[in-house]
Amino acid sequence: MTGNRALPSTLVGLARTFAHALAAEDLARQPGLLQSLDPRVRLIGISSLVLAALLAHRIAVIAGLFVVAVALALFSHVRLATLAVRVWLVVLLFTGIIGLPALFLTPGSFLVTSSGTVLPITLQGLNSAILLIARVETAATLTTVLVLTTPWMALLKSFRALRVPPEVVMMLAMTHRYVFLLAETAGQMFESRQSRTVGVLDRTAQRHMASRTAGVLLSKSIELSNDVFLAMQSRGFRGDAKVLTEFRMRAFDYLSLIAFVTVGVAAAWVGRS
Amino acid sequence: MHIPDGYLSPSTCAVLYVGAGVGWYGALRRVKSAFTTRLIPLISVFAAFSFVLMMFNLPLPGGTTGHAVGVTIASIVLGPAGSILAISIALAIQALFFGDGGITTLGANCFNMAIVSSLVAYAAYRIIAGGAALVSRRRVVAAAIAGYLAVNAAALCAAVEFGIQPMLFHTAQGVPLYAPYPLHIAIPAMMIGHLAVAGVAEAAITAGLVAYLQSADSALLQRTSGGPASSPTSEPGSPHRSLRRLWLTVALLLLLTPLGILVAGTAWGEWKASEFSSSQGRDRIAAASQQQPPPDEAPQGLQRLSTIWTAPLPAYAPQFVKSRSVGYLLSAMFGTGLLLTFSWIVQSCLRRVATDHSG
Repeated sequence: MTGNRALPSTLVGLARTFAHALAAEDLARQPGLLQSLDPRVRLIGISSLVLAALLAHRIAVIAGLFVVAVALALFSHVRLATLAVRVWLVVLLFTGIIGLPALFLTPGSFLVTSSGTVLPITLQGLNSAILLIARVETAATLTTVLVLTTPWMALLKSFRALRVPPEVVMMLAMTHRYVFLLAETAGQMFESRQSRTVGVLDRTAQRHMASRTAGVLLSKSIELSNDVFLAMQSRGFRGDAKVLTEFRMRAFDYLSLIAFVTVGVAAAWVGRS
Repeated sequence: MHIPDGYLSPSTCAVLYVGAGVGWYGALRRVKSAFTTRLIPLISVFAAFSFVLMMFNLPLPGGTTGHAVGVTIASIVLGPAGSILAISIALAIQALFFGDGGITTLGANCFNMAIVSSLVAYAAYRIIAGGAALVSRRRVVAAAIAGYLAVNAAALCAAVEFGIQPMLFHTAQGVPLYAPYPLHIAIPAMMIGHLAVAGVAEAAITAGLVAYLQSADSALLQRTSGGPASSPTSEPGSPHRSLRRLWLTVALLLLLTPLGILVAGTAWGEWKASEFSSSQGRDRIAAASQQQPPPDEAPQGLQRLSTIWTAPLPAYAPQFVKSRSVGYLLSAMFGTGLLLTFSWIVQSCLRRVATDHSG
């Protein structure tokens, strides 16, 4: 069975989707700084900090924004271990691999050690790699904190409040729901196939099996969409989507929004090269 | 291929958001004007299907594994407008709910993977499949090639977006501020993996899905088959209307061709061997190469190969035309006419082959 690696890894991926969703929904319900804010403030505020991290050209400023992101995570009860495993290590590995060759390939002045040895690393390459990793780490931390502290439905409502077309909000909501249904169906199909498999499937057989599973899943998806359409019609849906928006901004929300935007603008301004 | 936050400059992100916005607006308008109520759940479920499909690890020849995007099957079943929306929604959920792909780069990711891929997949599938029967093997081959091209087109777009960063955004000391590699590194680095793995994965899964649908539910392939029966559920707008728009666009582009004369200097690398020996030509080459002096004489390969073929209309300027603008326009009309004739001949041949097969 060791040869059938694609199957278990697909199952693990599907299971991870459920685990992630459950953990995020759980965390989003806990009391905390970001959880107490209006979702629109969270969305606009965190986005402005991400934008500031992109606009800043100084490593120190980006590092400052990273500290802000970590502080937001701590005050919102997001565990640093979660961030370390889900964001920092992954980004360091992925962006590190991408950024490493820049040390040698970026044209510029070569670094010289105190003993006079010329290293094959350029100053420009080093700065570029550090800047890239710092920026990606900061942006990914901010985004993850937003994702972990905001229930999906609240995020959708804030989209509606921000004038995203109702059809798009509706499709986002439906897709989110069906992702889990289809992931569960796919997981069950793979699991049942794995339980009936004796010996090792060759790669071609595994590929055919994955294609057939995807085909059956597609048929089920289309069937599901027809059922949903009929259900929508039976409830009087005529193409006009309505989303309830009950948000009410409090003084604390306004203050927080001003604080977010001020920090973002200040970081972008100070971080100019 | 999901570009995270931090790799692209804010201005690149803004431009790609605008590009993606145009695609979203067009797709949404088409969907809304056509058959909103049925398509909304269909697109949503397809977005969910694409999301789940991205988790399928597919064993590929050579010992590696890859995953498909699902954009090609979405283009084949839903048409390009539906596919653009479905894949964009899947990407938005990945970015906003799972933190996979950035918020600022969501426009870029949707532009590459939803819009460019959908259009390339649809065009390639329609051209290659031609008028073949729904259960024809040619449709399976067309789907595989369309999937391969679509994923690689998206990867090429991402590579170009990465590659232009160090050229456009760097400090006075030459430190690249975003993705650090220029085009000549970014393009091969990005394309090797996609040409060898991701494109093959998309091709394999799309071919498998089309083959499955041919045996299980071939009606789903009807919408983009180009056959007469597809009209009630096909993309809105009659074919004649779409064709008229296409012709108007082509005519407008033809009229705009003399704009090329306004560009100062010569395009980098498009030099004749003789330009290396004349002082004016050398000045032009230096101006196009950031004042780097050209070699003393033309490279040997250029000298050897430049005599093999002499173009009938050199420099887009037919000898019998005095005005450069008219020459440009005539060259554009001639080139477009050649392409249309070639396309018509290929289409006729493919249609004949398809008729022979189905008959």
